[in-house]
Amino acid sequence: MEKITNAIQVVPIQHYIYLSLILFIIGIIGALLRRNSIIVLMCIELMLNAANLLLAAFSAYHADASGQVFVFFIMVVAAAEVAVGLAILVMMKRNNHSLDINLLNRLSDNN
Amino acid sequence: MIQFAWMIPLFPLLGFVINGIGKKTISRKGSGIIASVAVFLSFAVVGALYLQVMNGTLQSATLDMFNWLSVSNLHIPFSFLIDPLSVTMMLIVTGVGLLIHIYSIGYMGEDEHANTFFEYMNLFIFFMLMLVIGANFLILFIGWEGVGLCSYLLIGFWFKNNDYNYAARKAFIMNRIGDVGFLIGIILMYYQFGSVNFIDVFGKAAGMHSGEPVITAITLLLLIGAVGKSAQIPLYTWLPDAMAGPTPVSALIHAATMVTAGIYMIARSSALYVLAPMTMNIIIVIGLLTALLAAIIGLKQNDIKKVLAYSTVSQLGYMFLALGLGAFSTAVFHVTTHAFFKALLFLGAGAVIHALGGEQDIRFMGGIRKKLPITFITFLIGTLAISGIPPFSGFFSKDEILAAAWDRSPVLWGLGMLTALITCFYMFRLVYLVFFSTFRGTEKQASHLHEAPGVMTIPLIILAVLSFAGGFLNIPALFGGHESFHNFLSPVMSKYPQAETLITASSTQYSLMGVSVVLLLLIIFIARRYYIVNKQVPEADASQLKGIAKLVYNKYYVDEIYDFLFVKPYTFLSVRLYSWIEKNVIDLIVNTTGAVAIWIGSQSKRVQTGNTGLYLFIMVFGVIFMLLYLVISIHPSTH
Repeated sequence: MEKITNAIQVVPIQHYIYLSLILFIIGIIGALLRRNSIIVLMCIELMLNAANLLLAAFSAYHADASGQVFVFFIMVVAAAEVAVGLAILVMMKRNNHSLDINLLNRLSDNN
Repeated sequence: MIQFAWMIPLFPLLGFVINGIGKKTISRKGSGIIASVAVFLSFAVVGALYLQVMNGTLQSATLDMFNWLSVSNLHIPFSFLIDPLSVTMMLIVTGVGLLIHIYSIGYMGEDEHANTFFEYMNLFIFFMLMLVIGANFLILFIGWEGVGLCSYLLIGFWFKNNDYNYAARKAFIMNRIGDVGFLIGIILMYYQFGSVNFIDVFGKAAGMHSGEPVITAITLLLLIGAVGKSAQIPLYTWLPDAMAGPTPVSALIHAATMVTAGIYMIARSSALYVLAPMTMNIIIVIGLLTALLAAIIGLKQNDIKKVLAYSTVSQLGYMFLALGLGAFSTAVFHVTTHAFFKALLFLGAGAVIHALGGEQDIRFMGGIRKKLPITFITFLIGTLAISGIPPFSGFFSKDEILAAAWDRSPVLWGLGMLTALITCFYMFRLVYLVFFSTFRGTEKQASHLHEAPGVMTIPLIILAVLSFAGGFLNIPALFGGHESFHNFLSPVMSKYPQAETLITASSTQYSLMGVSVVLLLLIIFIARRYYIVNKQVPEADASQLKGIAKLVYNKYYVDEIYDFLFVKPYTFLSVRLYSWIEKNVIDLIVNTTGAVAIWIGSQSKRVQTGNTGLYLFIMVFGVIFMLLYLVISIHPSTH
């Protein structure tokens, strides 16, 4: 582990933080602003992976393996969530014949 | 033995509950029997206690049940007081009440709501017993209010008739007017003495001077309550209207028990009243005025129950006169004898009404003594008693009052005597017009004329015996008697200084009695001349009356005056308040509150656009906000 730690400390931790932050923000903006549900799901994945990246980076920097173990957990959850999300998406496509997220507005107050 | 005192009010309360729960299932006769048994059991316990008080094994004793009100300095235990006065009153209530209950089994037996009737009657007995057994003014007040309630329920018993409902309402409201004074009096009493317990208050009062303003104020306020409850001027007009209720109700409530509550209360508070000569004088005036004016009205009434009602008001005036003169035990004695003969008279009137199929107008009666012998004889005994003919009970009690009046001033005696003569005249007018001369009713009534059944005549007979012999409870020293009733009650009553001044010579007392008896016999003879020999009948059509006769027949128009002075303005105010304030102000406030709630809801509802993107945005925004807040709170702005 120390060899990885020594190697990775060549690049300062701030770079990893900035990268992860940018990815996360891109993910958020995408999830909020895109109309296509598949793209929204992809952006959610992006957010998760940004967190993964940061976790892995910190784990390498501090020679602590628990960060990478946590990454495993997140990947498992992300996979399960994608499965469910895609199932919902398929139902949505069947009912509305479109993937537009703005068509899901039947809970409005009809005013 | 006193530990059983709590059973006394319990039995009628149980009767009330049982009759109430089983209203639909128990038969009419059954509920009557349950009610009568309940009263009988109370009577038995009271009798046992009376014997104990009588032979001295039980002095004035208090039975503390539980601590009822305990707030900072105010401690009011729920306790019963057993002493000669309360035991006497309880005997009257349960004894006469028992006879009336038995009578009602016959009288109300066919009524469709008979079960409710007996339920209310038992409730009344319960409250009346609470009134007389309480050891402090607050329990007395519970009973006081409770009997007012039962009076309302029972007067308006035949609720389908709207006039009866108005009569019930009138009775209750007039009672309440008196109760305001009573309540303020109790509060003032607590303020002055720090307690409302009889023993405490009377003990502390004994050390005060006569004529103290506080005592006068308290006694006046309590008097207002008594005036409302005991139908004195000016709060008496409810009692004649209360005749709308069934006759046993009139007998029990408006003759024997409830209306005597005011007299009981003043007699109980004798320790306070002897210190307030001004109030006592007011009581004398009120009592005498009521006695005289009500008697005059009785001369011109044509409804058998109304005559008896005004007679009750008049006799209550006599009792007030006795109280005002300081003759407290005499007043209670008259309460006792009055309970006997007035209940008898009312029950007898009920038997007559029952026999004539509901007829109450004496102009359509007459000559029924042959067909109703027991009713006639008992009614005659009652009339002789109320007129004050010796040796009937009324003679002893009434003559004592008149003797006390003579001690104070011959003028009082004269007015009292005049009232007695008028009483005698209108009572014998009643007897002659109902039982003598020719029958003036319909053919159908004549054929149905029959004596009342045994369940009704036996109470009549018992009450007649009591009306005859009741006077012997207190044979005055003048006749060599022991004045047992007075001696029995004297530990409870306080002495009135103004009454001690003059001891009349026995020769004067004999001549006073002799004069009264002779005059009364003369009146009976005159009435006989008028109604039997000359066969006078009151006018069939009341609109022919003129002048004083018209004034008296219309009860001096007092009802109309009250209507004009109080009822109409109050109703006017009530209608105005309803139509303006109620609709525009109160409804406005309530409706506006509702409208505001709806408006807030409708504005809050706009958050739910159904737009998923918006929801996501708000969620993200919220999280960022929380994180920022966390960061800033952990790191202060200067770093």
